[in-house]
Amino acid sequence: MPFPVLLLLFFSGLISSSIAAPFSSGDGYIITGRVKMDGVASTGFGVSEKHSNAKIILNGGQRVTFVRADGYFTFHNVPAGTHLIEVVELGYLFSPVRVDISARFPGKIQAALMENRKILDELILEPLRVEQYYEIRRPFSIMSLVKSPMGMMMGAMLIVMFVMPKLVENMDPEEIKKAQEEMRANFLPRSS
Amino acid sequence: MAIRAYLRFTLAILLLSTLSTALYEDQVGLADWHQKYIGKVNHAVFHTQKTGRKRVIVSTEENVIASLDLRTGDIFWRHVLGKTDHIDQVDIALGKYVITLSSEGSVLRAWNLPDGQMIWESILDVSAPSKSLLYVPASMSAGKDNLILVSGGSSIYALSSIDGQIVWRKELPINSIEIQQISQSHESDTIYAVGFVGSSEFVVYHISYRTGEVLQQSKSSFGSGFCGETSLVFDDTIVALDGQRSSLVAIGFKNGIINLHQTYISDLIPEFSGNVKLLPSRFNGMLAIDIASSIILLRVKGINELEVAEKINRPSAITASLPISKEQQAFAIMEHSKSGIHFKVKFDNDLTNEVLRETLHMDSQRGNVEKIFINSYIRTDRTHGFRVLVVMEDHSLSLVQQGEIVWSREDGLASIVSSAMFELPVEKEGVSVAEVEHNLFEWLKGHFLKLKGTLMLASPDEMAAIQAIRLKSSEKNKMTRDHNGFRKLIIVVTRAGKVLALHTGDGRVVWSVLLPALRRSGKCGNPSALSLYQWQVPHHHAMDENPSVLVVGACGQNSDLPGVLSIIDSYTGKVLNSSMLEHSVRHIIPLPLTDSTEQRLHLIIDGYLHAHLYPRTSDSVKIFLQEMPNIYWYMVEEGKNIIRGYSLESRELNTYDEYVFRTKQLWSIVFPSESEKIIATATRKMNEVVHTQAKVTADDVMYKYISKNILFVATVSPKAAGNIGSAAPEEACLFAYLIDTVSGRILHRVSHQGAQGPVNAVVSENWVVYHYFNLRAHRYEMSVVEIYDQSRADNKDVWKLVLGKHNLTAPVSSYTRPDVMVKSQSYFFTHSVKSISVTSTAKGITSKQLLIGTIGDQVLALDKRFLDPRRSVNPTQSEKEEGIIPLTDSLPIVPQSYITHSLQVEGLRTIVTTPAKLESTALVFCYGVDLFYTRIAPSRTYDSLTEDFSYALLLLTIVALVAAIFVTWALSEKKELREKWR
Repeated sequence: MPFPVLLLLFFSGLISSSIAAPFSSGDGYIITGRVKMDGVASTGFGVSEKHSNAKIILNGGQRVTFVRADGYFTFHNVPAGTHLIEVVELGYLFSPVRVDISARFPGKIQAALMENRKILDELILEPLRVEQYYEIRRPFSIMSLVKSPMGMMMGAMLIVMFVMPKLVENMDPEEIKKAQEEMRANFLPRSS
Repeated sequence: MAIRAYLRFTLAILLLSTLSTALYEDQVGLADWHQKYIGKVNHAVFHTQKTGRKRVIVSTEENVIASLDLRTGDIFWRHVLGKTDHIDQVDIALGKYVITLSSEGSVLRAWNLPDGQMIWESILDVSAPSKSLLYVPASMSAGKDNLILVSGGSSIYALSSIDGQIVWRKELPINSIEIQQISQSHESDTIYAVGFVGSSEFVVYHISYRTGEVLQQSKSSFGSGFCGETSLVFDDTIVALDGQRSSLVAIGFKNGIINLHQTYISDLIPEFSGNVKLLPSRFNGMLAIDIASSIILLRVKGINELEVAEKINRPSAITASLPISKEQQAFAIMEHSKSGIHFKVKFDNDLTNEVLRETLHMDSQRGNVEKIFINSYIRTDRTHGFRVLVVMEDHSLSLVQQGEIVWSREDGLASIVSSAMFELPVEKEGVSVAEVEHNLFEWLKGHFLKLKGTLMLASPDEMAAIQAIRLKSSEKNKMTRDHNGFRKLIIVVTRAGKVLALHTGDGRVVWSVLLPALRRSGKCGNPSALSLYQWQVPHHHAMDENPSVLVVGACGQNSDLPGVLSIIDSYTGKVLNSSMLEHSVRHIIPLPLTDSTEQRLHLIIDGYLHAHLYPRTSDSVKIFLQEMPNIYWYMVEEGKNIIRGYSLESRELNTYDEYVFRTKQLWSIVFPSESEKIIATATRKMNEVVHTQAKVTADDVMYKYISKNILFVATVSPKAAGNIGSAAPEEACLFAYLIDTVSGRILHRVSHQGAQGPVNAVVSENWVVYHYFNLRAHRYEMSVVEIYDQSRADNKDVWKLVLGKHNLTAPVSSYTRPDVMVKSQSYFFTHSVKSISVTSTAKGITSKQLLIGTIGDQVLALDKRFLDPRRSVNPTQSEKEEGIIPLTDSLPIVPQSYITHSLQVEGLRTIVTTPAKLESTALVFCYGVDLFYTRIAPSRTYDSLTEDFSYALLLLTIVALVAAIFVTWALSEKKELREKWR
């Protein structure tokens, strides 16, 4: 089962200081990642043929970007610190990714999957699973009918119908008589 | 013993069933509906050149970029950008890419036109948040590399439209320059960048299109300064508005020589007075100015000569010009008049002649025309036809062609401010319900088909027929109240001030009204709707009156501007009463009191903390005065970090108005601003019903601390108030408070070291659940806090109850010092959360589910039992029987429990739940840019048969049983006979 593979590649570096820094605090890093789709079995949700719906969210909505046609995405001017990246793609569950940008060693970026605490050395991440949003209707089977309350009721009926007479038949006539006697004996004292 | 075993068995079954309340794929659309919107359109670009799909690319106030089908108005594709990523401009490059400039000119993106895939993204350094310009050269001659020019502040970028690479970047030498216009000369590869330095200096740069080299630079200054609005009239001429906004300055900069000429507007238009604006539209040799009463078109014959070409009375709108041929440009005007909306198209070189004149009849509830965008097409007889995209006052979007509205979209619904659910009218006698079921044969046939479907014996054709029968079911769309309380009206008020009623059956708009009180006027400059309340819900008295809804608005954001009230009939949408208040609206308190006509009493607190009572009748005052000592209210001042509690004081004799009351501050909680900052608050829903006061566990009884006055407040340390990633775990701390709003007593306080916001919380019954970010683990967490009343804990003894030695009948007061016990637990949660809500049912018996709006715009239903502080790793046997789930460190996300199944509610903001009449079911309405409605049964529909219950199977079983009776009867007869013969 081929899964879409999120391949995170990190490029980093200070944006050349000659460029007047914009409204960021000055030191911005670049995070570049990749969502790779190799003939993923489509679940039929969203745009299935391409990966055009994947949204990449930094720090719970602070910034939002989209994957490009080749699967890459980039966040620019990210300050040093520990960040959270979430991938939103209908039909798949992606683990949030923790991204550490070191302030002491400019350019050193580490990433880890938060759901299974996997450190991304090679920076390869698989979505945790393909989401199935609907219950699957089970094909009709005799067992399911039998298990249903109505089926049970009918089953009980059948047992009474066919098995009970057999039980009575198999019994010794003597014993039946005895049992009847006993029953009568039991009932009589009460009625008296 | 057997009974116990049986109970255990049923409990197990119940458990299994309640944990999976999922939907089958063929059930989609039976109880739910989803509507996609885009919001108010700001920019539109048509793409109609090629044969095939004709589309229009629009960007909206909700930060949506979308491609719409020009024939139907359907969405081909759409993207919702981030909250702060406002779209400044949109254009099409190379005929196949949509270019958007957003975030104040700092993000440039290209999207593939057919499918909306992002092609490239470029980040530009813009010196300061400033006016940004996107210029995509229209003439794509072979010699030119297709560059896109973007300017912001003092820099100009040229980017390749193929891959978004920056080809050149020019930082203009003067730092404080603000580039106003970019134009291109048609002969050479030169572009002109025109800007102002300071307020009075005017600079022109001639820049090479290919390399970004400055070829020529010229400067000039103008004594009375510029206000910063300009309009490009020729490639080498602009018209600017001067600093006093009283005159127009025409500036020519041909060949590097600057000519200035000033013309007073009052010379052009004698009756002019007041404010003037330049309308941003590129005309050849003309400009449009907006004076309060009308739009004036001015023709520029030369630098020295401006003349009034046309005067268009307000309310009206004008398009930018559309090149038709080399020398002709067309533009359209829409003017309101009594008979309708006049739509005119003219060519710019001949204003007296109207190319097209049509009269439109638009729904009056759409208000005035706000914006129009023009597009042309070639008719079969080779003449030009025109179509326009119209944005109306209510934010709706329509396409007009040949004098008719081809389609319209109710895009105001993308910005719902407040919503409430209302009952439909009771079914009138005489209209038979049975009419819906056409006849017995049809009914049986339908059920027979369904049976085949459930037995998986149906062919695909039959399956389609079954689906059609289910979806068509007219039952759910009727305009009357139903037995189960599923059919209701969702009444919403949008940012545009329009009130719409949606039917819960299929989401159609039943009525809509653009509130006159919330339309822009002289008295009320910038009105906005605040919220919506139930004003009158007759059920005992005043039965002949329709229920009505109260809409409260305010004239702008400022707290001392007056408020507006409107009362609307909820069945018909008729505005019953509309008034402008003399006071401002700071806080609205719906009281649990009604007057004799069942109008609900509301208190409106104004900016001076006076309480105004509505409705203003003597009857309501009488009722209110009796209850006044019991009315308390509080206010959270987030900026000041203070929560204050108030009560009302009896009227003083010298007050001029008997409906105005003074307030008295009772208590205040001041959070030290150096260590704490309020980031979130939550309260219980006013109308929530609690069924059981106590929680019975295997060997104990715990009394819930149920108070309507519980306020949850979350504060964080100031350093952690920013986004994730801005604070280190050591300096972040989150505090959660539970406060009694009557006495101001802090019932509980808990701190989470190393945690920060954003916090989303929900309070219900005796518990609160909140979601926050744990910086240490770098994951989201959800915590649950449950409060139990210890003072009633002794009432467990049966003998005490029998002998009456219990305190259960003692009055519960907020002033008694509560003896509470708190239990809490925390769990990890995978996603970021946008909103949390909780299901509410009619009697409060059904177990609760949390509805969590995730960052992916889906809504997850999570059973409250997963957030139970009594969960432990190894629950005992008795705890298991009670339904306690073994403790796990994170909350499970079962994809089948997304109530939005495979849909996304783009831009999700709020989740609202309302109980249905049927106890097991709650109605859920989610809104953001999209709308989604469904009904959910947190513990399955235990009190009614499910929709897909097979009546035919039941019938079949009965028939089979009857047959069996007869067969066995016959058999036994036979047997008896045989016995007798023996």
